[in-house]
Amino acid sequence: MTVVALRSKAKTMSDAAPVNVIDVHDLSLVFETNDGPVNALSNINLAVSGGEFVSFIGPSGCGKTTLLRVIADLEQPTSGTITVNGMSPSEARQKRAYGYVFQAAALYPWRTIGGNISLPLEVMGIGREERKQRVAKNLELVNLSGFEKKFPWQLSGGMQQRASIARALSFDPDLLLMDEPFGALDEIVRDHLNEELLKLWAKTQKTVIFVTHSIPEAVFLSTKIVVMSPRPGRIHEIIDCNLGAERTLDIRESPEFLQIAHRVREGLRHGHSYDGTHL
Amino acid sequence: MNFVRNSVIPVGTVLIAIVALWYVFAVILNAPFERDQAARANTPITTGQLIANTMAQERPVLPAPHQVAAEIRKTVFDISPTSKRSLVYHGWVTLSSTLLGFALGTLLGILLAIAIVHSRTLDKSLMPWIITSQTVPILAIAPMVIVVLNAVNITGLLPKAMISTYLSFFPVAVGMVKGLRSPEIMHLDLMRTYNASKMQVFWKLRWPASMPYLFTSMKIAVAISLVGAIVGELPTGAVAGIGARLLAGSYYGQTVQIWAALITAALMAAVLVSLIGLIANVVNRRMGVRP
Ligand SMILES: Nc1ncnc2c1ncn2[C@@H]1O[C@H](COP(=O)(O)OP(=O)(O)OP(=O)(O)O)[C@@H](O)[C@H]1O
Ligand SMILES: [Mg+2]
Repeated sequence: MTVVALRSKAKTMSDAAPVNVIDVHDLSLVFETNDGPVNALSNINLAVSGGEFVSFIGPSGCGKTTLLRVIADLEQPTSGTITVNGMSPSEARQKRAYGYVFQAAALYPWRTIGGNISLPLEVMGIGREERKQRVAKNLELVNLSGFEKKFPWQLSGGMQQRASIARALSFDPDLLLMDEPFGALDEIVRDHLNEELLKLWAKTQKTVIFVTHSIPEAVFLSTKIVVMSPRPGRIHEIIDCNLGAERTLDIRESPEFLQIAHRVREGLRHGHSYDGTHL
Repeated sequence: MNFVRNSVIPVGTVLIAIVALWYVFAVILNAPFERDQAARANTPITTGQLIANTMAQERPVLPAPHQVAAEIRKTVFDISPTSKRSLVYHGWVTLSSTLLGFALGTLLGILLAIAIVHSRTLDKSLMPWIITSQTVPILAIAPMVIVVLNAVNITGLLPKAMISTYLSFFPVAVGMVKGLRSPEIMHLDLMRTYNASKMQVFWKLRWPASMPYLFTSMKIAVAISLVGAIVGELPTGAVAGIGARLLAGSYYGQTVQIWAALITAALMAAVLVSLIGLIANVVNRRMGVRP
């Protein structure tokens, strides 16, 4: 159990050197499908340093999930280079550098909620006692205490998604890759989880890559917003965005917030019209 | 109450319908013999008498249900189970080789499925052979297996069990290949993000995901194992077992005995299949399957 904890501590210390958590250079990815090649990602350049909160925003099919999967070594780029913590994505994955939250909850139906959260801990060889503690702690974090013994089908979709977030947090990775984690939730729960995520991020200094369709969510959470556009999937614009560490939901009515939101919207619209000239 | 409404009533209704139909056919099929007898004796026979007679023949074409029931009761309860005339004795002989063959077949099927799922080469090379194995008629293979094994001094339970194994490994292998491949891509990707070993992926994902497939194919496998055991008893010179009862019955025209053995075999299959269903229910409950 402490092996993992110690290792991750040691890593953060050595990472004090200014090495980017994620470095992407001229990366492209083409899916060969039966209907011909699909340019899912084209000439992506992106640098994310430690402790940043980066959102990917863009229309459906612009390659957000694909880029996240490339970072996670679940998809191989066709050309270009990428490093995660200064290593290849494959090495980083083998070092369990990141926690991944999928677009769907992807809980194992035969495991209880507690069992699902302890799954990565079991795989990583963490002892029973430590597992129990971490499960309880992370359940509390996503407001699911008391649901430990329930099976996934007994929970609502939103609760399942929260459980999947707790699962990704359970082994305390320094990098969180989240693919529309709150996409299926109602506004109120979403607001609440946005605040919780922000608190967690501020407290732990984790690096977060966050895919979303919601402009307010992206502006509220991020230090950097990556606006993407489709066909071929590419980065249209990167917008810096830092509304200060002590933000609350009220900030969404402030002029700075609205100004950034406006820029993001313009960026998205441009990405689209650019697409239009091609048609 | 629910059990009565959901299981007893529907199953009971079908049972009554089958028994009624059986009586009708018993009368129809056995009537010509009675008419013959009456014509030969030159005594007219009333319809009522005719029907009554058709249900009480000693060697009917189709024995009536109550005759079969009486035969089963006699050979199960009235005769000591150690006697060669006891159905319990013969039933146990068949059951033991069924269970041994089924256990070996299930194990073999699971192992083959694991090998096939983890190796592309084995998938390509083994699967065609597995399918071919089942196109060979078991009635042709069974005597050869028994005779060959007898020649090398393997006798008794094992040769018969081998035939059950031969039949039962197939549904398990096919079902488990499907089951072990059933996890969604996302569930597999999740394991990949944890850098889980092949063993961990197997025990924590593939194996639990395959449970429904395992029990479904085990139900087929156990029924087919029973058939295999009975077929395996036919070429052994009718020494013991349900198959031996069938063979002896047909030598001597003992239709009641044949039908008693057949019904017993059917009941055994039903009990075995429901036992597996019961185990499946327990496992399902522990795995949190939505009731
Ligand atoms: N495995 C695959 N094989 C072929 N094409 C794929 C594959 N995965 C994604 N694509 C294609 O790549 C493009 C980008 O897909 P991706 O899933 O990254 O989009 P996205 O931005 O996440 O969309 P959404 O917002 O709807 O989730 C799409 O055109 C999609 O059809
Ligand atoms: Mg997506």
